[in-house]
Parts: sequence; C-alpha cells; structure tokens
Amino acid sequence: MVQTIIDTANHLAGYAAKAARVKVIAAYPITPQTTIVEKIADFVENGQMDAEYIRVESEHSAMVACIGAAATGVRTFTATSAQGLALMHEALHWASGSRLPIVMAVVNRAMGAPWSIWPDLSDSLSQRDTGWIQFYCADNQEVFDTIIQAYKLCEDEKVFLPAMVCLEGFILSHTYAPAKIPDQEKIDAFLPEYKAGWVLDINRPYSHANLVSPEWYMEFRYMIQEAMENAKRLIPQIDKEYGKLFGTEYGGLVEKYMCEDADLVMVTMGTMGSDAKLAVDKLRKEGHKVGAARVRVYRPFPTEEIAKLAEHTQMLATVDRHISFGMEGFLASETKASLFNRKDRPLVAGFIAGLGGRDVTSETIERMAKKAMKSISVGSVKKETEWVDLRE
Amino acid sequence: MVTIKELSKEEYLLKGHAACAGCGPAVSLRLLFKALGNKIILVVPACCTTVIQGPYPFTSSAVPLQNILFESTGAAASGIVAALRQRKIEDITVVGWAGDGGTVDIGIQALSGAAERGTDFIYICYDNEAYGNTGMQRSGATPYGAWTTTTPSGKKERKKDMPLIMAAHRIPYVATACTSYPLDFVNKLRKAKDMKGTKYIHLLAPCPTGWRYDTSKTVEMGRLAVQSGLWVLYEIENGKFRLNVPSDRLVDKTKRKPVKDYFATQGRFRGLTEEDIQRIQKWVDEDWEQYGKLTSNNASDLAMHGKI
Amino acid sequence: MSAVPKCRKELPVTPLSCPTVGAMGKTGSWRIFRPEVDYSKCTRCTLCWIYCPDAAITRQSDDSPKIDYDYCKGCGICANECPTKAITMKREEE
Repeated sequence: MVQTIIDTANHLAGYAAKAARVKVIAAYPITPQTTIVEKIADFVENGQMDAEYIRVESEHSAMVACIGAAATGVRTFTATSAQGLALMHEALHWASGSRLPIVMAVVNRAMGAPWSIWPDLSDSLSQRDTGWIQFYCADNQEVFDTIIQAYKLCEDEKVFLPAMVCLEGFILSHTYAPAKIPDQEKIDAFLPEYKAGWVLDINRPYSHANLVSPEWYMEFRYMIQEAMENAKRLIPQIDKEYGKLFGTEYGGLVEKYMCEDADLVMVTMGTMGSDAKLAVDKLRKEGHKVGAARVRVYRPFPTEEIAKLAEHTQMLATVDRHISFGMEGFLASETKASLFNRKDRPLVAGFIAGLGGRDVTSETIERMAKKAMKSISVGSVKKETEWVDLRE
Repeated sequence: MVTIKELSKEEYLLKGHAACAGCGPAVSLRLLFKALGNKIILVVPACCTTVIQGPYPFTSSAVPLQNILFESTGAAASGIVAALRQRKIEDITVVGWAGDGGTVDIGIQALSGAAERGTDFIYICYDNEAYGNTGMQRSGATPYGAWTTTTPSGKKERKKDMPLIMAAHRIPYVATACTSYPLDFVNKLRKAKDMKGTKYIHLLAPCPTGWRYDTSKTVEMGRLAVQSGLWVLYEIENGKFRLNVPSDRLVDKTKRKPVKDYFATQGRFRGLTEEDIQRIQKWVDEDWEQYGKLTSNNASDLAMHGKI
Repeated sequence: MSAVPKCRKELPVTPLSCPTVGAMGKTGSWRIFRPEVDYSKCTRCTLCWIYCPDAAITRQSDDSPKIDYDYCKGCGICANECPTKAITMKREEE
C-alpha cells in the first residue's frame, strides 16, 4: 500500500534505507544530517528495521565500517555532511577501489573554515574524483526514490560502485513536504537481494587490496572508469523503470524543462533546478526562449546530454553552488569540457551563487538569465565566471 | 595446556612471503593460525603484514584477509562483525592484526571506539616498537631511549601503556604476550576466542631490522625482555589481574635480569647513557612494585582504574 | 593455486589475491647462511619448526625437521633455539 506522508528529506532518507532493507548502518552525527541517523536509530530500536546501527566514533570509521560490512556480504548505508565527508576522503577512495556498492546520503553543507552549517555543494563536489557516483536531488520525494534507485544501480554487475545521494542542508533536509512511500512488496520486487562482486569468505580465501604494482594498477582504474560509463547508460533505464512502477521519475541524468526551443538554457544542480523552472516560466511569459536543465547526476558527468542540449541552443549558463578556488565552478568547467571538441559550440558562461547557504530564488535565476542573454546578443561571453549577489 | 607438538601442522602463513629474515611478527602470525585455525577473517591495516603478504595476484595468507586503511582496523572489524551477525554466521572469528603504529598512534581512535561498543572480536597488536613498514620511524610504542630513524638520538618519551588503556575500556579480556612464549600466546588466543566482547592482546614481536640485532636472536630477544621485567606477561580477565609464567616469578627483584643486559644486545640502544639505564631500571622496579601489589592483594580493580 | 591474469578481461573486479606458496618467489635465494641439521643430535623437540618465521621447516612423521631450502631465508633462529645445537649455520657456497 502506498503511504503518503509529510516529512523531511532526512527522514525520507531513513525511510529509504529501511525500504531498501539495509542491514548495516554505520554513521556519525553532523549537522544537518543528524535527523537521518536519529530516524534510523528509531527504526532499528523499535524493530521496524532488521538491521544493526553501529554508532561509530568518527566519519572515517563510518565509511570503513560500511566497507567492512559490504565486503562481508550485506547492504550498507551511511550519511554525512561537509566536514564528515571530508574526513572520510581516503575511505571514499578505498570504497570505490574495492568496488563496493555502498550508498551514502550527503546532506550538502558548506566547508569550514569558518564554520558554516548552511548549504552549498562544495562538500560533495570536491569529492568528485573519488570514483563515487553522485546524484543531486531537488525535492524530498527524489531523495527517497534516488536512494532506492542507487542501490539497484550500484549492485548491478556492470557497475559495482558506491554512490552518494546529495541533498541540500536545511532546504531539503529539514523541510517538511508530502511524499509517497511505495508498497514494500513492490520495492522488494524492484530491488532484489544484495549483490557485490566479491565477498570475504572462509571457503574462498583471498587477500583483498594488497599491493598492486604498476603492472596492473592502471587496468583496475580503467575498470572503474568503464563502470562509470556503464552507470551512465543504466541510470536513465533504472529511472524509467522506477517511474513505471512507482510513478515518479527524474529524466535520468539531466532533468530538462522547456529546452527544445530554448536560446538559453540555465544549467543547475540540486534545488536550484526547481527555482530555475519557475524562472523559465516567468521569462517565457516575457517572451524569452529560456529552458532549464538540472544535472541530476554529476558523476558520471552527462557529457552526451550536455552535448545534446548544445545542439539546439545558443547558450548554456551554468550555476555553481560551489567554487574550485583558482579556477571556477566545476559544473561550468565540465560543461565546457563536454563541448570543447564540438564543431558548433554554444556560448557557456558560469555563475557562482548560493555559497554558504546564501539564498537563491527563482528571481535570482531570472537575473542571471537576463545577464546571460546579453552575451547572446553580443555573441561572446565577456566574463567566464560571475559571482551573484556578492556584496561590494 | 597445549604442547608445541599438539599444534596443527597446517600452515596458513605460506612460505615464500616477504618478511625480513628473522621476523618476529611472522613467527607470531604463524602462531595465530596455529591457535585459531582458518575460520577467521583477518583485518590488517597498513603495517608490516601488508607487505608480508606479497603483491597481487599472490598472497601468503591462506585465510580471508581484508587490507584496510591505517587508522581503521577497529572500524573495519566492527563492520565485518555486524555483517556476519546480520547474516547469522556464527562460527567465524574476526581478528584485527595490527602493528604498534596502527594501534597506539593513528589506530587508537577506531580501536577505542570498537572497544567502547563492545565489538565482538580479537584485536592483536604485534608490537615491534616502531613503524616497521615504512622503515623504522618512532611510534608511541617505541621505548624510552631507543634509536629510530626519527629519533636518532634516542626517544625522549616513555612507551605508551596500551594494555592498560584498553583495560580502562572495561573490556572482558586484556593480555600481553610475546613471540618467545608461543604456548602462552596460543592459550591466550584460544581463551579470547571463547569469550564474547572485545579481546585485546598486546604482543611483543622482536624485529631484527629495527632493533639491530642478528636475525637469529629474535626469540632470544623476547625472552630477555621478559626476563628483565621490561616486558610483563599478564592477563586482565573480567577485571582480574594475573601475572603469567614466567613473569609471576619476577616480582622478586633479585630474580629479574638487569635491564642493561637487554639493552646491551640491541643496536638501537647503543646511545643509552649510564644515567638512562639507571632511570629505566628505576621505572621497571617501580612498575613491578605495583604488579606485586595487584597480584598479592587481588586488588585488580587498581589496574582497571589506571592506578599502576 | 592462483590464476595470474594475462589480460584485462581476466582481472577480478577488485584486486583479490590468491593464497600462493612463493608469493615473493623462491626466497631461499635471499640466504647467505644455510641451516644444516645433525639428525643424530636432534631430539625432535619441534622448537625449530614453531619458531621458523617462514614456515620453511616441516615436521616429518617422526617430528624431525625438514628444511625447505627453496624458501629458507637463513635467519638462523632455528639454530639459535635448538637446545642440543643440532642445527648449525653454514655459509652458502659462492
């Protein structure tokens, strides 16, 4: 029976871990993730989840405990934010190198110093090289759905990689909104028993991850890249399959809104994607042919989808809730990289907005769009990167 | 009480591994397998044993072995134990096998966390008193006065008392052991296997490469360490402290060999002055007064509350 | 025995190494001195067997030691610990 509830994205992440029949959770509290682990603790202690929650003593240990459990043959889950994600950095590498299908909710929060508890995407984006699949959600329902989809994806034998499902702190994590929890039987049918590519087994003893010389290391890395390419193909399929069964889907890798005839496409990630749609509606009323594309999956980067967008449009304006100091926002860089070798490339301009939780509304995006449109009339981009709503 | 001949002839540390000639930890790992058999999952952080396995696609370990990040033996073991429990697998023992660096320094947090949570596993610190894998830099377990590559004029701090730190976690079993007393180590491992909760064994494993002595003297070194009272064989079982043979006979100072006999045998102590040796002898004698009180009074709670 | 991969397709999904005797090759080549057993002095105490870091000594049916010179690194622990000095270390020729 479908349950309709009104709850926060964090609690929904807990519901998703429960629905996915996760067996081992190892997590450490950090604002704004805390209510995920509290929900899970509730579920485990009142018997609603048949699982073990290891109350580890740090995030580094959280990820390693998940690695140990996943390597021993069970489905695992964890959640963290910002500093916690950064603390587990080497363990993220270890998890992907071990090809373990761990799923983690990342409640996006700005990195310190200085302390900030408010959302931006620097925390997860600065982990883009770790071999983890990355999803960015725009609403509470998507958080639930994506966690379930992630397990299906990660446990596919052509993938066997871990995934982070990212959701912005406070905007989603603590905001109550209606969501549907599908029937457990249907979820069980969609998501079969845990599978990984290997397991610690006394009947087939191996040393896992001992020294690999230059003779073979590169090939193992190539295989991770292949798995990412496979994930790129599988994600839209799984999204569609999920949509057919449960009624919600998200456009696969990139959620497009009114892009078919757009002169300008606002490319965003996370909740800004929803604001971008509102901005598009308003701008269209004013006669501007603008579209919005929300990059739902950042790793693997949807190079082909970006290229497809580029075919029909004159300009892509990317909005990064993130800055890679010394360069620009990653969404801007990777969008440009996806288009560089194309013959007729559109203009690409990058905007930096919303760092440390500074509010980005549909009105902010309208303003960005209008600025971008100036470049279209001039035929070139004067400023590669523009910071939005920055105080002088 | 088992005898050496009763130990199984089966080898789970396969010959042709990468350990140095005369490696104390390698002897100790063989003893681990003799004690526990092969229904175990080993968790091994970055340490000498990482390299001893040999390179992919080969390994010298004939039991499932999870190599893991340096700081996280306790965490990985926690995850493995939980997964086995969830899969209702009951006959596999999870064993953390870590060097002193991965235990008393970088690994202490994860171990402390695992112990505080009562994780059901055996953790063995095989202590060669320095970071062996990376070429003998000092660790918190390096003894006072010892040369290492990062303490070329001798370490100025005392050795961290890890067994007592673990005892303060109120875990059911803490023990010290030494490669040179193989049956003592085997018995402790077997006792630990039959207990529930976190079991910690701190094993002194002499290292010719790091301690600078002839490779043939590994077992002799461990014996001297115990005979001089520098290394004490004891157990703290459910809070009760007990000295083991032969340490139980060394409460009497006259039965202990002078520490200078031990230091004379190893190149890493060449820099010790007379003053250093006397200072160390004094520390050893003071510690032994406490050990004597613990055994004779049955005031084993003193150990638990770090009164030594 | 382990399968040594010959091409990328033969690789496991993540490095999983198989238990192999001689993972580092024939470590006997490391030796400078080799242990030799005088079986007339040997009391079959099996101390040499238990103390060998390399598992290069096996116990024969009468508990006397058999040294596998393919893997013995010549550390000399066996000779040092033998209570009857039945094992002596001799310099390898060449």
